[in-house]
Order: sequence, then structure tokens, then C-alpha cells
Amino acid sequence: MLKGLLILLLFQGIGETASYYSGLPIPGPVIGMVLLFVYLQLRSQELPLGLGDAAHLMIRWLSLMFVPACVGFFFLTKIAPDQWLSIIGVIVISTLVTMIVTALFMKYFMEKPTPPKSQVER
Amino acid sequence: MIHIITPALLLILTFVTFSLSFWLYGKTKPNPILSSLFHPLVTTPILVSVVLLLANIDYNDYREANQPLFFLLGTATVALAIPLHQQFHHIRGLTKPLLLTLFFGASFAVITALSIAWFLGATPETLISVAPKSVTTPIALGIAEKINGEPSLTAGIVVFTGVIGAIFGPLLFRWLGISDDRIKGFVLGICAHGVGTARAFETSGKCGAFSSLGLGLTGAITAMILPWVIIYLLK
Repeated sequence: MLKGLLILLLFQGIGETASYYSGLPIPGPVIGMVLLFVYLQLRSQELPLGLGDAAHLMIRWLSLMFVPACVGFFFLTKIAPDQWLSIIGVIVISTLVTMIVTALFMKYFMEKPTPPKSQVER
Repeated sequence: MIHIITPALLLILTFVTFSLSFWLYGKTKPNPILSSLFHPLVTTPILVSVVLLLANIDYNDYREANQPLFFLLGTATVALAIPLHQQFHHIRGLTKPLLLTLFFGASFAVITALSIAWFLGATPETLISVAPKSVTTPIALGIAEKINGEPSLTAGIVVFTGVIGAIFGPLLFRWLGISDDRIKGFVLGICAHGVGTARAFETSGKCGAFSSLGLGLTGAITAMILPWVIIYLLK
């Protein structure tokens, strides 16, 4: 478990350093996540000892970690009242429309029978 | 009245209200619509805000005291690589529909969010905070920070998006006649991130697996592409 947490922190550190020095507008932890994913895919063995437990622990308590940021939502003073309509409108309309369209899009591609190889070769 | 508010007390406030919310969430589990409304992500911030207002505590003090949680959010983002790695084998044989849906869904979410916000008269600051709305919160906060958005606004928007998606998603799927758990899960992960994924796991393990895959891939792809788009748009 301790070793797992260390691996996570290590990749977070690498990601933050890469984000800082490269000047890329990508969040450091995201770079860390991608690098860790690539590393895991390349070592075609089981997960390093304790990494699964550590990750499970972090993800299980994800909701707890973003409570402080969410609380700030109620203390925003810089947002003009007329902005709230657009914010709520965006969330509701955009989310529902995106779900419908994306689901239909995926359904179409999942159900479309792929042409048999022999036909393609002919 | 003399206030003695130490950072530890404010950190405890987060933990205690969260446990309380979690307990409430468990109580509402039998009712799927009610339980989405009582997700700890919805109830905890409301409870904390009420306490802060009643006790007359400045949000900045609370934020400062809870800095350790902001840091761990980054660590948790890195940890998302593990479910992504474990679920990745599902992609074999489905690469084309999954990747097409991923790019289509992730960009569609950003484009509709930006155009609707613009149409409703949003300021550039609001536009920037709205853009990463479908991405899982830790990644969205990282993006908001990178593109100079308002992190708290982004966090609120992201959570609200997840709740809307988790409540209406299953209803929409029924209405559209979609019964494939792989589609339900993947779409929930793309559009409603963590809250949607929690909901997907309630449907079935397969649904949850595809949801975490959608969540991780959308987060990674959006984080790598969106900042460039914003920089380009603001020029």
C-alpha cells in the first residue's frame, strides 16, 4: 500500500515537473496519469504490489477530495446574477443533448455489422 | 463571542459533514432518483456552506485549511490510470466505435456548452469555466487552473452536470430504447464522469467498467486538447 502511494506520488511529481518546465497547458497530474497508464500497459505483468489498493483508496474517496472546491461554488461573488441563467441553461441543455446524441451515435456504430474480410479483399 | 477556529477544525468539518452525507445517501439508495439528488457531492458542500455561514467563517480560511485535500485531488487523478489500465482490454474489437464515440461525445459536449453559453450571453470568464464541464472534477479543476477559469465555479458546474446526467441518463436510455450496458456505461462516463460512473456501477459491473473507461479517456483527451483550443479562441 505504501509502495503504491509512493508510485502515485512519484508519477504526480514527474507530471507536475513536466507541466511546469515544458510550459504545456496540460495539468501536471494528467501528464502523470498518462505516463503511469503507458508504463502499466508496457509492463505486461500484474500491477505492482499495493498499487491497486492505493488507487482504489484514492478513487473511493474522490468525492471527499473535491468538497472544498464545491463549497466555493456558494461563495462566488465575482459572478453577476445574469450569468446564472446561462450557466444553468448550459448545464441542463448541453448535458441532455450530448447524452442523447452520443448514445445514438455509439448505438449506430456498435450495431453496424462490419463487412466480412473476404468482401473487402475482393 | 470569541471564535477559535483552527485549520484542523475546518478539516474536521469536511470529514464530519461528508460522513453524514454518506449515511444519508445510503438511506436514500432504494430510490434511484432521490439517491442521485442526495449524492454526497451535492449534500456535503451545502452542509459545509450552511455551517460556514452560521459560524461566520470566511471561505478563504476554510479553503486554506483544506489545502491537503486539494493536493490529494492531483494524486487521485494519477490513480485514475489504474482502472483505465484494468478496463483497457474491453477496447479490443471495439476500438473503432469506442474511439469514434469518445471523440464525438467529448467534443460535442464542449461545443454545445460553449455555443449555448455564448447564446445565453455568458461572459468570457463564464465560457472558460463552463468548457470543461463533462470532465471528471480533478481533471476539470486542473484545466480551469491552466486556462485561468474560476476553479470553484468549474467544480460546481462539473458536479451539477454529473448529477443531471446520472438522474436523467437512465430515463433517456429507456426512452431511446438503448439496452446495451456497454453503451449506457460509456455514455455515462463521457457525459457525467464520476457521478455517472457511480450510477453505472449500480446497473451492472460491465456498465461500470465501460463508464470508468469513458471517464478516464474523456478526461485525458480533453485535458490534452481543450487548453490549446481556449488559448486559440482567446487570441
